[in-house]
Amino acid sequence: MSEVKSTIEKVNAGLGKRYRSEKMFQWFGIISICFGLLCVLALFFDIIGKGHSAFKHHSIEIPIMFDADKLGITDINDTKQIYSANYDGVIKASLRELFPNVSGRTEKRKLYKLVSNGSYLTLQKMLLEDPSLLNQTTEVQLITDDDIDTYLKHFVGKESEFERIHAEQVEWLATLREEGRLISHFNTVFFQAGDSREPEQAGIFAALMGSFYTLIVTLCLSFPIAVAAAVYLEEFAPKNKWTDLIEVNINNLAAVPSIIFGLLGLAIFISFFGVPRSTPLVGGFVLTLMTLPTIIISSRAAIKSVPPSIREAALGIGASRMQMVTHHVLPLSLPGMLTGTIIGMAQALGETAPLLMIGMIAFIVDIPGSVTDPATVLPVQIFLWSDSPERAFTEKTSAAIMVLLAFLIAMNAFAIYMRKRLEKRW
Amino acid sequence: MSTSSLIVIILIGAFATFMLGRQRSLSVAAPLGGKRHLHSLPNYYGSFSSLLWAIPALGILALWLIFDDSVIYNLVWASMPEHLQALSDQERSLIYNQIQGIAMNGSADPSVDPAMIKAAEHMNSLLDSSKTALAIVSILAGIIGSAIALSLVKETFQARNKVESIIKVFLILSSCIAILTTIGIVLSVLFESLRFFQSVSPIEFLFGTHWSPQIAIRADQVGSSGGFGAIPLFTGTLLISAIAMFVAVPVGLMSAIYLSEYASHKVRDMVKPVLEVLAGVPTVVYGFFAALTVAPSIRNMGESIGLSVSSESALAAGLVMGVMIIPFVSSLSDDVIHAVPQAMRDGSYGLGATRSETIRKVVFPAALPGIVGGVMLAISRAIGETMIVVMAAGLAANLTANPLDAVTTVTVQIVTLLTGDQEFDSPKTLAAFALGLVLFAITLTLNVIALHIVNKYREQYE
Repeated sequence: MSEVKSTIEKVNAGLGKRYRSEKMFQWFGIISICFGLLCVLALFFDIIGKGHSAFKHHSIEIPIMFDADKLGITDINDTKQIYSANYDGVIKASLRELFPNVSGRTEKRKLYKLVSNGSYLTLQKMLLEDPSLLNQTTEVQLITDDDIDTYLKHFVGKESEFERIHAEQVEWLATLREEGRLISHFNTVFFQAGDSREPEQAGIFAALMGSFYTLIVTLCLSFPIAVAAAVYLEEFAPKNKWTDLIEVNINNLAAVPSIIFGLLGLAIFISFFGVPRSTPLVGGFVLTLMTLPTIIISSRAAIKSVPPSIREAALGIGASRMQMVTHHVLPLSLPGMLTGTIIGMAQALGETAPLLMIGMIAFIVDIPGSVTDPATVLPVQIFLWSDSPERAFTEKTSAAIMVLLAFLIAMNAFAIYMRKRLEKRW
Repeated sequence: MSTSSLIVIILIGAFATFMLGRQRSLSVAAPLGGKRHLHSLPNYYGSFSSLLWAIPALGILALWLIFDDSVIYNLVWASMPEHLQALSDQERSLIYNQIQGIAMNGSADPSVDPAMIKAAEHMNSLLDSSKTALAIVSILAGIIGSAIALSLVKETFQARNKVESIIKVFLILSSCIAILTTIGIVLSVLFESLRFFQSVSPIEFLFGTHWSPQIAIRADQVGSSGGFGAIPLFTGTLLISAIAMFVAVPVGLMSAIYLSEYASHKVRDMVKPVLEVLAGVPTVVYGFFAALTVAPSIRNMGESIGLSVSSESALAAGLVMGVMIIPFVSSLSDDVIHAVPQAMRDGSYGLGATRSETIRKVVFPAALPGIVGGVMLAISRAIGETMIVVMAAGLAANLTANPLDAVTTVTVQIVTLLTGDQEFDSPKTLAAFALGLVLFAITLTLNVIALHIVNKYREQYE
């Protein structure tokens, strides 16, 4: 037996350790991936778990007597009177009728707080649509106050955990439920209304329209400019310092923090050019500058993928360079460009920080009707709501996030589908 | 006439002049024996006249819209009585805003200075005449342009070359927008920062350790020299970015390695898009997640083991930011790992190395420059990230390295300084631009170096 081990013995002696470290390394990889997947799951479960209940809302069905005297309406044809009528009084009277034993100021106030304090709008709208309701009694569904709704959704049977509900209210709600007057229905207000200080009346429609107008401006500006820039850089630009400079600039702009674009918008567009603040127009300008690099880079890749033989064939039969581009290169690279554009638009849709800088953070109740109306956008609305202390707003925020994510997923899925469907392999 | 109807008229005119130009070229060609005697196709003559109609008209429209506000401002002030003329610039702009309000909505308030009501009427008449003049001038310019174009239409006129050179100018201008944007960014942050540095010295800003910009709003306040020392912001930003990198780099790198070296095609095709979902989620969603889910649970966990954790801890913001950056790191590392030639791996296997040994001792060192570049890009992202920290990190500028404390970052301060009530000239708002300048300079440097490394590395193996 020799003292010196042969090479194969040395290798065999170390093998166990090496295999173990190999296994360890693989496990690290698997753990990393599981961590990533877990984060995706946690994020989605958290948001959906918090937000799904916002798509439902509770209403109370109350017999309402449109008493002309109480409303203070003398002439039903006078719309001014209908607008300024005392609907709150009517609602309060009906509530008192439902619960005749309630007495005392604080008690009554608790009773009135069952329904949203914007309920008068419902009655106003009904009377405007059908004036013959005056002096009639009809069953009207009034949406509940946000605290009542939160209680009904999450704390029935656990009253002690929710201090914003009173014992009397719990009793009344139980009575209403027995009488079949408590109704849970799809929350249409959430999709039809603008922002509001009252959670039960707040909706995302104004923000959705703001996002829509902003994206339209962004799309109309960024797509033609990006395609033009990509065509120039790929097909016409001479190789010189200037072109290099442009390329370096585009690559760097793609990595500049988005908030810097907000500062640019504030200093250049608003202060210097005097574009009105808080409008989708200036928002669109800023987002255009932000998404341009993304779209230019993907458009260039699409143009590059068109084989040179097609260009040479076009030039060979006498087309000018511009004709070659417009007749052959552009149509062939269009799917790739559109895919890049959709991804850029998805990025713009989710962007928040630069829009805060240019004043799209304002409290907007009205639904914007054009690109020069003050507006807010969906991500900013999410940001604003997430700051609100009411519990019901947390639910609304999550629901708004679900809507935003649904749009983003739809856009990205469409982009992937287009790429698969239209992309040619040469 | 409103601007939108003017635009519609210009577009209709563009179509009409296109048809006119086309028709004219055809009628020029008819006596010669058909359109093959023309230099260019009829559509090019049409496009040429249409462009000569639209470019002057739209150009004048754009210039007008940019400058009419300031022209009207000066005209309105020129007609103001003397006691208002004598006011300072700030008071002037305040009064001007009131006048604008009166001009738009009318005024029922009798206490308003009659001079202002007069000015508002003056303004309204100016606005009206400005709109009429704009419509006349821009349409006239269009007509002159298209008349010139139509008179040029002859069989020898090279319409195609002219149209193509106009298009080429448009292409060149479009590609220069990237440069203009960069210049715009630099100018906007630089000018405001220079004004800021007139009141606060750069040394104090960059090396001071006391940040409380709110103090300096009023000049007569005690300690109105303010606290504009940005060191706590820089350390806060670094702390949160470091936590984010601590999560994102190992997880991103290891998942990229596993997916490209170990995983089967099936697993890869399934896992990769799911991980990329993380990159597509808007930052405001991460911010919400960090503020309402991660931060409270970290606090509860900390309390259960007897640690005092701030409800706006740096840890929560950093962790969530790290999760956001995972797909970014993993896709960049994936690219560079793929760029390592297969021959190098085969060589290593041939010597008897295991897979992990090959990765650690051959692939990783070969890919290192690219990975470093990718990590630098990720760092620049973490530094510039705004929404997560605005929602989950605090506002208090603490100089601390404890991840359980609340810290604030550069981006948080920019947002807070610029979203409240603001006057454009106070050092408070200007400080936001100075912070923006620092942020831009740092991220630009990181990006330039990182892109340089990544590109150089790519060339090495191509």
